[in-house]
Amino acid sequence: MSKDLEPTDGHGDELEPTEPIQDPGLPAHQWRPQDVDAAQEKRTERQISAMFGIATLLAVGFCVAYFAIGDEQTFLGWSAINFALGATLGGALLLIGVGIIQWAKKLMADHEMVEMRHPAASSAEDREETLDIINAGLEESGVGRRPLIRNSLLGAVGALALPGVVLLRDLGPLPHSQDKTVWKKGMRVVNDVSGLPIKPSDLEVGQLVNGEPAVFFPAEGKEEAEYHGHELLAAKAKAAVIVVRMRPEDITPSKGRENWGVDGILCYSKICTHVGCPISLWEQQTHHLLCPCHQSTFDLADNGKVIFGPAHRPLPQLPLMVDSEGYLVAQSDFPEIVAPSYPELARDQKKLDEKS
Amino acid sequence: MRFSVRKLSTRRRHPLAGIVVLLIGLVVVGGAYATLSPKPAVAEEASSRDVEAGRQLFLIGCASCHGENAQGIPTKSGGNYGPSLVGVGAAAVDFQVGTGRMPMAQAAPQAPRKTPEYTAEETKQLAAYVASLAPGPAIPESEYLDYKNVSVNDLREGGEFFRTNCTACHNSVGAGGALPDGRYAPTLEKVSAKHIYEAMQTGPQQMPVFNDALITPEDKRNVIAYIKRVQDQPNYGGLAGGGLGPVVDGLFTWVIGIGVLTGFAIWIGAHGARVKKKR
Repeated sequence: MSKDLEPTDGHGDELEPTEPIQDPGLPAHQWRPQDVDAAQEKRTERQISAMFGIATLLAVGFCVAYFAIGDEQTFLGWSAINFALGATLGGALLLIGVGIIQWAKKLMADHEMVEMRHPAASSAEDREETLDIINAGLEESGVGRRPLIRNSLLGAVGALALPGVVLLRDLGPLPHSQDKTVWKKGMRVVNDVSGLPIKPSDLEVGQLVNGEPAVFFPAEGKEEAEYHGHELLAAKAKAAVIVVRMRPEDITPSKGRENWGVDGILCYSKICTHVGCPISLWEQQTHHLLCPCHQSTFDLADNGKVIFGPAHRPLPQLPLMVDSEGYLVAQSDFPEIVAPSYPELARDQKKLDEKS
Repeated sequence: MRFSVRKLSTRRRHPLAGIVVLLIGLVVVGGAYATLSPKPAVAEEASSRDVEAGRQLFLIGCASCHGENAQGIPTKSGGNYGPSLVGVGAAAVDFQVGTGRMPMAQAAPQAPRKTPEYTAEETKQLAAYVASLAPGPAIPESEYLDYKNVSVNDLREGGEFFRTNCTACHNSVGAGGALPDGRYAPTLEKVSAKHIYEAMQTGPQQMPVFNDALITPEDKRNVIAYIKRVQDQPNYGGLAGGGLGPVVDGLFTWVIGIGVLTGFAIWIGAHGARVKKKR
């Protein structure tokens, strides 16, 4: 500690405290070339206005490119229009930004300023006045004096939450009681998209058909199908099937399923029992059906058994037979509930088993 | 020498008589079979010379796995070194050999596409030989391979068939995808219309069969038209189906885009000089 900083006599508290280090003040202002040289100033001014000028041209260029360049034209393998629009608009924005920065940095006044700190709180009078206003408002509105109005208002605002809760209903029907699809006894299995009915002789070993129930296509002599729009999509989401043909000796039907196929032709739900993705990745040699979403794998030669992945329920099988005209038809609706599992599934399946 | 039954009869004990009788019997049966047996429809185009040339090629290049008579060679465990080719048809041979999948370079989960080992002529001969074994799918007619002149409606329908039957494995624009155990659905990029048709018809390797009875030749042509149309679209980068995502675009943005911004920033920063001179 240097001698200068010690109190001059024994009664230091009577004296003004001295700063340990003197405030050095601001350094002398240094000028920019533009401040001292008129030629430099002129040059910078021209530079900045040129940037704004080019930005204007680019904006006009954007409009020209928008109309002049066709969708199909390419530039270096990219879409020419995307490239031109991006380059012109991006360039214009960039030049405007750079120009503004240059203007502020080089030409606008840059002298240093000092502003001392001051307390952040409002003055005592201001605070008192504000509190008076609030209290007067509470008193005049009578919020405290009229509890009936106050409480009924709170009730009404609270009740506004109910419509929001009820709207959740639109997320879909609850999963229970979803045990029926549009399949029924005698309904033909047809090729998806074309609606062609299928004869067993049309199918070769190793063949896969993405099928639908015939009811989704116009019946003979009719213009339109029974199902439309949203109803069709909802029904399709449950009724889509895949039909595959394997060598009969490769198939090991479980008890009660021996007559569910026709000469090695079997029909399964196309909807994964895990979370309901449509599955048709069928390996004809291994007879494995894979779900692309989470890699659940079902063995179609072994009653749709899960052999890999997160699904924990075999793929529901649709019993097939042949109708009087020789086309493949369903023996009944799916005996098992199709689509993803849900908490009440076991209970619903039990009910379904009792009904049949 | 005058021919008589008695004279012939006296020679019935001759040491060569048995062989002569056997030869006569074989010629009669063989001739009768050749004239009476139904010919496979697909064998018509192929001349017998093609079939013979194909058989010679087959014995050299294919028989080690598929057997000398293309009947396949089963293994003890129930699999096979090479499956039977009886009834696979000319289409299967044209696809497998024409895309270089056969002959296989090594035993592997899947035969990859590679440069064909056989010329077009040799492929035709091999196909003729295999087609002569039993009826099977023929090489498609060129009218169903002319995908360039389909109507918009056909194109739309081809797209529907493609999305229903093919996208699960081959991706929505035919870029291909993975299957378990090292297998995969190959990309359909730069595959000829004929080979796409034949693959649908014959179901090579793990691919299921989509025969002409249910996906008609017109439907198949429309599917091919859709695949070609989707793959001919200009690539706008980044979000194209089957792509890795905006990798190239990202690199472009990082290097060129951010590079330009950095250049401007440096230029702005570099011109902050002050001067000693006073105003």
